[in-house]
Amino acid sequence: MSHLLTLNQVNVSYGPVQALYDVSLEVGSGEIVTLIGANGAGKSTLITSLFNKPKPNGGAIHFDGHNLTSEQTHNIAKLGLALVPEGRHVFPSMLVEENLVMGTIPIGENHLEQDRAHIFDIFPRLKERRNQRAGTLSGGEQQMLAIARGLMSRPKLLLLDEPSLGLAPIIVQQIFGILKEIAEDGMTVFLVEQNANHALKLAQRGYVLVNGRITLTGSGEELLANPQIREAYLGGH
Amino acid sequence: MEKIHKPLDFILAFKGAFVASIIALLLFGPIMGLVLSGYDYQAELQRPLIAAVVVFVGRFLFSLLFQFAQHEPRLQWMLPRKTASVWVEGEQVESKQSVRLFSAMTAITVLTLTGQFWLSVAGGVVLYLLLSRLGKRKHQVMVALVVILGLLMPFFATKFWLTVLIAALIYVLLGLGLNIVVGFAGLLDLGFVAFYAVGAYGYGLGHEYLGLSFWAALPLGALMAACFGAILGFPVLRMHGDYLAIVTLGFGEIIRLVLNNWTEFTHGPNGVSAIPPPTLFGLEFSRIPKQGGTPFHEFFGISYDSSFRYIFIYLILFIIVSLMIAVVTRLRNMPIGRAWEALREDEIACRSLGINHVTVKLSAFSMGAMVGGLAGVFFAAYQGFINPSSFTFFESALILAIVVLGGLGSTVGVIIAAFILTILPETLRYLATELPKAIDSMSDYLPSFLHNTLSTLSDGLGDIGSYRVLIFGVCMVLMMIWRPRGLLPIQRRAYHLDKPGDAK
Ligand SMILES: Nc1ncnc2c1ncn2[C@@H]1O[C@H](COP(=O)(O)OP(=O)(O)OP(=O)(O)O)[C@@H](O)[C@H]1O
Ligand SMILES: [Mg+2]
Repeated sequence: MSHLLTLNQVNVSYGPVQALYDVSLEVGSGEIVTLIGANGAGKSTLITSLFNKPKPNGGAIHFDGHNLTSEQTHNIAKLGLALVPEGRHVFPSMLVEENLVMGTIPIGENHLEQDRAHIFDIFPRLKERRNQRAGTLSGGEQQMLAIARGLMSRPKLLLLDEPSLGLAPIIVQQIFGILKEIAEDGMTVFLVEQNANHALKLAQRGYVLVNGRITLTGSGEELLANPQIREAYLGGH
Repeated sequence: MEKIHKPLDFILAFKGAFVASIIALLLFGPIMGLVLSGYDYQAELQRPLIAAVVVFVGRFLFSLLFQFAQHEPRLQWMLPRKTASVWVEGEQVESKQSVRLFSAMTAITVLTLTGQFWLSVAGGVVLYLLLSRLGKRKHQVMVALVVILGLLMPFFATKFWLTVLIAALIYVLLGLGLNIVVGFAGLLDLGFVAFYAVGAYGYGLGHEYLGLSFWAALPLGALMAACFGAILGFPVLRMHGDYLAIVTLGFGEIIRLVLNNWTEFTHGPNGVSAIPPPTLFGLEFSRIPKQGGTPFHEFFGISYDSSFRYIFIYLILFIIVSLMIAVVTRLRNMPIGRAWEALREDEIACRSLGINHVTVKLSAFSMGAMVGGLAGVFFAAYQGFINPSSFTFFESALILAIVVLGGLGSTVGVIIAAFILTILPETLRYLATELPKAIDSMSDYLPSFLHNTLSTLSDGLGDIGSYRVLIFGVCMVLMMIWRPRGLLPIQRRAYHLDKPGDAK
């Protein structure tokens, strides 16, 4: 079985504070995998440690035949990982278009025209707003732009850190709809979420992170049906 | 269709004018009204009073003018901008209008230097009309015009204005350099003068100890400044905002203090003198060549003129400045330029895109420093003498003011601001000497009271050169009110995938 991404017994600390304990997980090619956890569980830490920020102090991370822990941060995006960071982080005074161009940094601008057209098919909203400054977009539009920017580097694996953060339920629904489309096109997605309900419905497999440790794993449906999960993340209904 | 005109509100104008004149009185009172004589002072209250009257009348008239302009579409540009526009299209229209106006005004100023006032006004008007009539090729035509004007300039200008123009171009270079660091990369640098000093001393000391010529010093000085930029860059890689500003400020002072105190090497406050101006393929521009050989005027069989040297420096400087403008404009659209901008905007996003912030920051610092170093070499060559007092914090502040006034990141804005801030004080100085003469020559035709008023006013102008900093401050304040994002805020190019017609 070939996995695109494997984490094996990864430990991460911020100085004296340990944030992740022996985390192991896999993401297979073409899969949608989600990691759910409460505030401060270590979700963002896990996702940014793939980029060696912070650098794991134990364990191994392999991606597409590369050992990520020995790569430099700025080279990792070039290997085919695209991160849609928590809190969107679009370039506020650049236009929507320019943000998309920035997304091509890891691979160069050879496919720019073609990919942009494709992106505008997926996100018609961004096409409407393409000459607007990104900082003036609504939160949902900014999230779409952040995802679109990630896709512009033709990644092998799309990493999303809480795309539902601070968005109204209807917009969250839209965003997850789009993620589903993207995944159906063959993209591999690793999604970190607090919104367990949406995330587990979308994902084929899920992991649950509690205080830096993976406590549960299973298919999306299994986890959704799990009474513990329902209790902890879905408000008990 | 009939337009509804609100009647002009005279009361409002009067109120504004009254308040303004009181403020003027408070402000000018001590500055103009108290004349020091020895350890004592004399009160000359009529001077601030006259100033207050002038302010009153001016404010009153402007108020009426603005009220009028509000209903007059053609005068809209006079009004202060209310809000920053979100839409790119709108912004572009706005700045096209101002580009036209500014280039016309610049043309007038530049042409005035030749002494033919009416000719210059006519030139400016023709340019303005031309620019508003030209269609798509406007940009190219404008650039061509400016280049031709710039190249012909020195052959008409007097020596005095030639030297002013050289100084202005040196500041344009400095502004362009700092604009890379502050405007593009968003790294607030308060010690930019350090690189200027490195360039200048690179040539001065390089000539003294190694016999470097101007042409050797030009690339070497730039290279050395770039290295210093990188040296400064390393320790400040992790810093932002205030901390960065303080460290760069310190760096600027360190360079100046070293130059001041390392007397054996730099001659300290005595500075470096006898720095030769550039030569043309070995031909010198002096009457008697210092390095032997034939001087320029003998080689071409023309009579000697001391301004040849300045014309030559001006021409090289003009070419280098044009080159740098081209380079900087290109850089902005290249991946490195975009990376600078991205880093200014959001460091986390940059990290996630695999931008190496170390190389990006260092390249911004060293590119900017390089341009500053070039300016330094020109400064040394043009002055022939340098000492540390030319490289104080005030210079750094002036260069920063040029960048902010022009509009952070805006190349054209920076150029215009550099010209305004260097030519304006000289123009004032020039007026201050010329105006009293003109008034005196009119004394036979004017009623005596008017003549007296005018000469009091022009006396007040007499030492306006020393009010340079005050005027400068007033300009800054006014600018921040009228155009908070600089003279020409940077434009973001709108992309059009589809032909403009079929956008849905
Ligand atoms: N830069 C840092 N320095 C020290 N501790 C940190 C740092 N970043 C995160 N931590 C700690 O690591 C733990 C995990 O944080 P992390 O940001 O990964 O949580 P998270 O699961 O993403 O939470 P949220 O859902 O709120 O985003 C927390 O206890 C946090 O305090
Ligand atoms: Mg997080």
